[in-house]
Amino acid sequence: MLLAIIRDTRSKLAMLLSFCFQLEAIVVEMQSGVKGSEQKLNVTTIPHVVAGNDIIAWIANKMKTTVEEAQTFGTMLVAYCYIYPLQNHKKLVMCNDASLYRFQTPYFWPTQKWVAEDSDYAIYLAKRNIRKKGMLEPYEQVHYNHLHEWLNHKWDFIVMQATEQYKAGKERKKPDRVVLDCQERAYWIVNRPPVSVCYTNIFYQQAIMRSKVKSSVSLGALVKYVTTYKNHDPFLAPCLPSNPWQTDNDTYWNLNMRRVEVPTKSRVERWSFSFFELLSDLRGRDDFKIFLKREFSGENLAFWEAAEELKLGTASSMSTKAESIFKTFLAPGAPRWINIDGRTMGLTVKGLDHPHRYVLEAAQTHVFLLMKKDTFFRYLKSPVYKEIQKKAITPEPHNFSPAQLEQNAQNRSAGIHPIILWQQEEEENAKAAAASAPVDVKAMMSKIDRKK
Amino acid sequence: VQRSPLIPEMATQEVQLNETLAHLKTESETLKSKLEEERAKLHDVELHQVAEKVEGLGQFVMKTRRTLKGHGNKVLCMDWCKDKRRIVSSSQDGKVIVWDAFTTNKEHAVTMPCTWVMACAYAPSGCAVACGGLDNKCSVYPLSLDKNENLAAKKKSVAMHTNYLSACSFTNSDMQILTSSGDGTCALWDVESGQLLQSFHGHAADVLCLDLAPSETGNTFVSGGCDKKANVWDMRSGQCIQSFETHESDINSVRYYPSGDAFASGSDDATCRLYDLRADREVAIYSKESIIFGVSSVDFSLSGRLLFGGYNDYTINVWDVLKGTRVSILFGHENRVSTLRVSPDGTAFSTGSWDHTLRVCDDCYFFIGIKYNQNLCTFNFTPCAPDKPPLSLTATHLPKYSNLKKHIYRST
Repeated sequence: MLLAIIRDTRSKLAMLLSFCFQLEAIVVEMQSGVKGSEQKLNVTTIPHVVAGNDIIAWIANKMKTTVEEAQTFGTMLVAYCYIYPLQNHKKLVMCNDASLYRFQTPYFWPTQKWVAEDSDYAIYLAKRNIRKKGMLEPYEQVHYNHLHEWLNHKWDFIVMQATEQYKAGKERKKPDRVVLDCQERAYWIVNRPPVSVCYTNIFYQQAIMRSKVKSSVSLGALVKYVTTYKNHDPFLAPCLPSNPWQTDNDTYWNLNMRRVEVPTKSRVERWSFSFFELLSDLRGRDDFKIFLKREFSGENLAFWEAAEELKLGTASSMSTKAESIFKTFLAPGAPRWINIDGRTMGLTVKGLDHPHRYVLEAAQTHVFLLMKKDTFFRYLKSPVYKEIQKKAITPEPHNFSPAQLEQNAQNRSAGIHPIILWQQEEEENAKAAAASAPVDVKAMMSKIDRKK
Repeated sequence: VQRSPLIPEMATQEVQLNETLAHLKTESETLKSKLEEERAKLHDVELHQVAEKVEGLGQFVMKTRRTLKGHGNKVLCMDWCKDKRRIVSSSQDGKVIVWDAFTTNKEHAVTMPCTWVMACAYAPSGCAVACGGLDNKCSVYPLSLDKNENLAAKKKSVAMHTNYLSACSFTNSDMQILTSSGDGTCALWDVESGQLLQSFHGHAADVLCLDLAPSETGNTFVSGGCDKKANVWDMRSGQCIQSFETHESDINSVRYYPSGDAFASGSDDATCRLYDLRADREVAIYSKESIIFGVSSVDFSLSGRLLFGGYNDYTINVWDVLKGTRVSILFGHENRVSTLRVSPDGTAFSTGSWDHTLRVCDDCYFFIGIKYNQNLCTFNFTPCAPDKPPLSLTATHLPKYSNLKKHIYRST
């Protein structure tokens, strides 16, 4: 493909030169190959206008590629200023529809002018200033100001050139002037792209207002984290029974799988480090669910899991999920009604009229904090946790002789493929969902009636 | 220099325009210095001062445990599967390979229709991989248990940028992908429909890397670009919420600290830096006079104590994050290291290089001193230099674990 981009910026220009000539050869061919017509834009009639889908069809045919690839190639031609869009001039893409485009005059091709000169840009902006009586876009105003300072020594010259060009432009016929304006504007959009520089001030204001923490506090927290996890970092403390990469024995991974009956002591200790750790390790989450079941307070976690699924799920499944969550957790009298404050409940229910990915964010955070600040600590003190701590094992460290290590290297186990594990997980989840689904009393009753 | 405009009305217009712009500019300068002031007020201590009471690490000896050969050209990117042993890697010749790094078996291979596949990622379920590069797209390939199945047939085109794809990552599910591109933007996509969910604008040049926050809220990510900026984004609103501009060149890699409260970056200016998100400032620079080549890729060990960096001078440097010193240097690759990731359980790290290979590396450790905590059955280990002789332990210290004694002193 022509577009071998090298990140080294010094080579970028060299590469640009070599592939631009190839692009230009294609563009020249295209100009005679694609049918152009006159189109009305606002009030003026513009000649030699082509439609996006015609260009893409030509490229696909000429290069024997798919429409997709042709569209990408077309977009590159727009990005590098060989073709410019007439409508929506800021979006530099080739659309596969009736969108209108024009070929850029060779005067403005990238190979003609290596660097879009600052003084040329200054003349262009000054000219626009005269014509539109000072109505430059915010980013252009910032550029203008910068150039005014930077090129102040030749500002007389710039103003003179701008006035000359403005006068010359006025002498042209309107259609020609409109075309030239479009071409010039397209050229500068590519070479001086709009940057939201004016939002910088808003950003600074927000940054100042954002709450910050003392270095001693935040750095202290970083150090504390390292200290807490020191014994769990395989680079700082040995894995028990052994690190699979070192001994070619994968017992360590088997002992720490998702659904082991008995976890290791190290793993159970990690669950106590933070609520996030407990939830992230699905085996820990299982244990937490056992505790919640005994307390008859499983709805908070169930809601949190459902909200996660909504947030991270496919766009198409969102409204069905939102509906089911409302029925199960939020509706008055719902079977697993969650106890959140009135304001959050009100906002959430209202948001569910038009569900979007983050509609449950407020409720989810509320429930998460509730569990983090209260339920989690009660879990750590509970008989459930104490039980699993006692049950948990500390594997004996391996002590392989060199001969055994060689054996291990010959017989590395393949383990279970992630796809198979995932299929097993889906089955387990389906079973669990069926088991914990709220009982449909009517169905039960009618079943009993039918039996009678 | 006095300006003398030829047209009088232009003079007044110019003056008016300049006044507004001057006002904007001074406001900008004032706000910037106010922000620096606020940051400085809270800066009461340096990282190495806080780290004074932390034990030193001594030197590490790292060893290559696996070398994966099979790519025909420069390896550009790699990612681990959540199963801690599988890897997906992509290279300049358009090939994407899925390996079981533990057995070194190649399990799947896909040939992309473009060259320079600069980004690849493993799906959280382990059932798919995503990749892209010069095709400006990110495509998802579902994997199959059937070795003979043609994976390209089920390929799904998800992301579409207007310039090359530099990095991609799944969120916590297989259903969403976050991408960064040479077109200066990042974007979040719905995999099933290919719909653009959110786009992130703010970088002034190519975005080269990104990393998702491991925090409980899980709604932010950091990106680094050729504009020398590292930006932190809110995924819901698309807003840039924090920005750091202290590097002197392109930022090639960003990675969150495991707690999510900080992140590290690696740049062409040959330094790695640590940024504290809560204090809103850079807190450490990892550099040495002898290191002059750029960093291509960084990652933390599980506890966050070690920072691994892959460099363009073919080496891997390992830094003590808290003390700021280098604790190990690894040679082995025969060309620049382009990508580096620590495995999901922290047992090893993998590197990919322009020498067409991937390596999985680990450390050999020696320990002296053990404290046996009876309540929790954990051991406290102190790593030491390989040349120090081990202490002998009596049986009373280790009632049940006499083999442990032997294990510790053996070099592996």
